[in-house]
Amino acid sequence: MAGQVQALRRRIRTVKSTKKITKAQELVATSRIGKAQERVAASRPYAEAITGVLTALATNTNVDHPLLVPRNPVRRAGVLLVTSDRGLCGGYNANAIRQTEQLIARLRADGKQVALYVSGRKGVAYYRFRGREIAGSWTGFSEQPRFENAREIGETLIQAFVNGADDTVDGPGPDGIYGVDELYMVHTEFRSLMTQVPVARIVAPMEVEEQEVSGPLPAYEFEPEAEELLEALLPKYINTRIFAALLDSAASESAARRRAMKSASDNADDLLKRYTREMNSARQAAITQEISEIVGGANALAATGSDV
Amino acid sequence: MARQLHVELVAVEEKVWSGDADIVMARTTEGDLGVLPGHAPLLGQLAEPGQVRIKHSGGQEIAFDVSGGFLSVTATGVTVLAESCTPASAQAAH
Repeated sequence: MAGQVQALRRRIRTVKSTKKITKAQELVATSRIGKAQERVAASRPYAEAITGVLTALATNTNVDHPLLVPRNPVRRAGVLLVTSDRGLCGGYNANAIRQTEQLIARLRADGKQVALYVSGRKGVAYYRFRGREIAGSWTGFSEQPRFENAREIGETLIQAFVNGADDTVDGPGPDGIYGVDELYMVHTEFRSLMTQVPVARIVAPMEVEEQEVSGPLPAYEFEPEAEELLEALLPKYINTRIFAALLDSAASESAARRRAMKSASDNADDLLKRYTREMNSARQAAITQEISEIVGGANALAATGSDV
Repeated sequence: MARQLHVELVAVEEKVWSGDADIVMARTTEGDLGVLPGHAPLLGQLAEPGQVRIKHSGGQEIAFDVSGGFLSVTATGVTVLAESCTPASAQAAH
């Protein structure tokens, strides 16, 4: 009986210290969601401006930049997966990885080879552990991505895409490097505090949205020539899209973590309540038993004494 | 006719500055350029490293060091897009 009380007391102590961790994580994640959302909002003016500029360029020139032209046939496709660096965030990484697996299966079914690029330690660990080849990986910034991180990823991906231009069916082509003919990106979209959805999008070849413009277009002057401008702008546009995806994923990660940690803390509370009750009743039972043993012993003594 | 330019200076991570100005001066890869109100629509890539100077109505001038920048002039105003953008130290006092 006393042993049982001891064991319960130990379990309560364990649950309490676990709860401290989950509670702290929950609070940190809560404050990070707000910050992440602010950063998403702060990056929006640039994204809107660069889209506007690109649209103006595309409607004023012939678009035949390699990043804009679909290739035929598509031999290899690049897939960028955005995951988190740390765990304790519920199904966040599992969902993103599942979405990626579906995308890869679909690409394979179309007869395309897949080159995988992963951002975030969790995704890297998943594919390393399974011995799957990773073409490129970046870690260490999933919660607070900077634009430099996005640029690094973007440069690698664009380089791969450019390398893919001369690939043939049998080999890597004149440059001797395997590239990709298509680029996809899987990240987790922040819909609300309760909903984050993994989404797969195509990054390259890009489709420039042609805006419906009424009346004659303003005649733009270009410095330097429009083709050169397009050449300089398109990679920046891709970097911007990757950056937006990283920021969105960071917000989603914190939201997912907050929710997971909140339910863990709530669960710890329930456990504590249950264990405390069990411990109290075990203690009470032990006391009752001791009393009845003493009373029984005394009665037995008294009985033997009176008999003599 | 508005005799003021609406200027927006946006960096990748945030909007740096916005407001009305009399003239915006910048250097594109082709050469120096001043934009006055009523300028024809223009798209330009800024020289590296570049400085963008904005003169407001009070005659004060503010300058920003801009890298990886583009300049877009439309009927509604001027937008400067930059990968990074910091107030220039020498003329920042204002």
